[in-house]
Amino acid sequence: MALRRAPLEYNRMWQMRVWLFAVFFFLYAPLIALVAFSFNDSKRNTVWRGFTFKYYDKLFNDQDLLVAFANSLTIALVAMLISLVIGALAAVLLWRYRFIGKTAVEGAFTLPIVVPEICMGVAMLLFFTRVLPWPNNLFWPFNLGSIIIAHVSFCFPFVALVVGARLASFNKEQEEAARDLGANDWQAFRDILLPHIRPALIAGGLLAFTLSLDDFVITFFTSGPDTITFPVKVYSMLRFSVTPEVNAASTMLIVLTIAVMALMMVVQGRAQKKG
Amino acid sequence: MATRTQERRLTFLATALPPIVWVVVFFLAPLAIVWAYSFGQNQGLTEVDISGTFANYTRALQPLYLGIFAKSIFVAGLTTLLCLIVGFPVALSIVFASERWRAWMLLLIMLPFWTNLLIRTYALIAVLRTEGYVNFTLEWFWTNASWLMTLVGLQPLGDFTPLQLLYSNTAVVVGLVYVHLPFMVLPLYAALDRLDKSLIEASLDLGAGHIRTLLLIVVPLALPGIISGIIITFVPALGAYLTPDLLGGPDSQMIANVIERQFKKANDWPFGAALSFLLMYATFGAIALRAYFSRGKPASGGHGI
Repeated sequence: MALRRAPLEYNRMWQMRVWLFAVFFFLYAPLIALVAFSFNDSKRNTVWRGFTFKYYDKLFNDQDLLVAFANSLTIALVAMLISLVIGALAAVLLWRYRFIGKTAVEGAFTLPIVVPEICMGVAMLLFFTRVLPWPNNLFWPFNLGSIIIAHVSFCFPFVALVVGARLASFNKEQEEAARDLGANDWQAFRDILLPHIRPALIAGGLLAFTLSLDDFVITFFTSGPDTITFPVKVYSMLRFSVTPEVNAASTMLIVLTIAVMALMMVVQGRAQKKG
Repeated sequence: MATRTQERRLTFLATALPPIVWVVVFFLAPLAIVWAYSFGQNQGLTEVDISGTFANYTRALQPLYLGIFAKSIFVAGLTTLLCLIVGFPVALSIVFASERWRAWMLLLIMLPFWTNLLIRTYALIAVLRTEGYVNFTLEWFWTNASWLMTLVGLQPLGDFTPLQLLYSNTAVVVGLVYVHLPFMVLPLYAALDRLDKSLIEASLDLGAGHIRTLLLIVVPLALPGIISGIIITFVPALGAYLTPDLLGGPDSQMIANVIERQFKKANDWPFGAALSFLLMYATFGAIALRAYFSRGKPASGGHGI
């Protein structure tokens, strides 16, 4: 047997193949079933009764759900934009400057990644009820402000990580050359540094967008009755029962996430080809 | 000259202030408030008196809450162990796959990772519940087995009673493994990929079997990565909220669920704050452990030669 395959071709071993198949089946079967049964013409979720779009039809007529969806997209978009600015500045700060307390600042920027979601949710709840009560009579989209702030706080460190990794490959001489040729700091940033980190900004932005769109726990603690997001709405739906409507709503979110991810990969692939 | 320095200083401030102010006001300050609350006590319905008491922490050390902590650590540990067992062969396989397959397999591992946590948990509910796919499949086998037995002249099996898979500790562990598997596979892959493959070949050439090679060569060399994977999986599993909430029964609460209850139903914010900080200390401990082990990384790389 050892003669028939090279020693390191573990993937030719049948045991390995069975194992891989089992693992990927475990990972994907539930999700595929979830998507498939959103098209099932039956309230009971286990037997296939025929193809239908009626649950999607229902979703598109469900006012609450549509509002929640619009809220989620708005929050994700705004949180992404703010995270991009804050995250990129954080990355540039750590990359370019030496200053007193740099290690502490660096630690503070990575802390949101490691702090358990529940603790962060609780902290945001306390902050927005006791210290900075967010006025709840603001009109849309300003009533989403507290959720957006909470989302930026956990999204921007990821942007900073992605941008920081990209900055490591920047040739500082380029910027010095620009300065020697008379550019001021802002011009040097805009014309030299910004084009270099653009792929990282796009990737980091999409990452922040997905993170914000997916977040449940932290939003759960910051959202009020008028500021329901899509995951929070789905949560309240599935607390009651397993219904095809929830399947349809989930499928929509899965498709959106896959679309954002595909976009992210295209951007990264292009950046790799260039760089 | 002076204007140049001024410009430099201005640029520095423009770069430094927004992120630092943000992290201080919208992240560190909220955490500091939780920390302060953990030394306070309820006064009336919404008033909290921050009196510097340790009562919340002593209460957290009661057997009931210690038990929940111990259970959370056990569940997270078991999850991590299962992820390691399930994920190690997968990571190994990705490392030895051809270029094209490797990209696809990495994508397949990451895709569920990007799918909403809530949705993945919901997908598992549909699989595990009494009318779920697992029970449906079992019922099918049961009926057919029953039919086969009548065919050969035996008594048919009794009625199929669906297994109660959901709302149990098992369901929570299955759910946590399901959700955290990518956390384990990706660092394992990174560690195994860096490994010098010729060492494995040498070991095999010199007569060691696959298992022996794995245990004596691969595992020790990839140990920093393995520890990294263990901690990266353990930390979010320890603080898991949704999975025990949706898949667990009344006895499968983890710390995060108890914390949530203090802040919502029980309305005992100071105690919830104390529990949150205990969870954070545990998390930081685990991360410090990782930093400690990864410090030895260059040294172990040197040993390889």
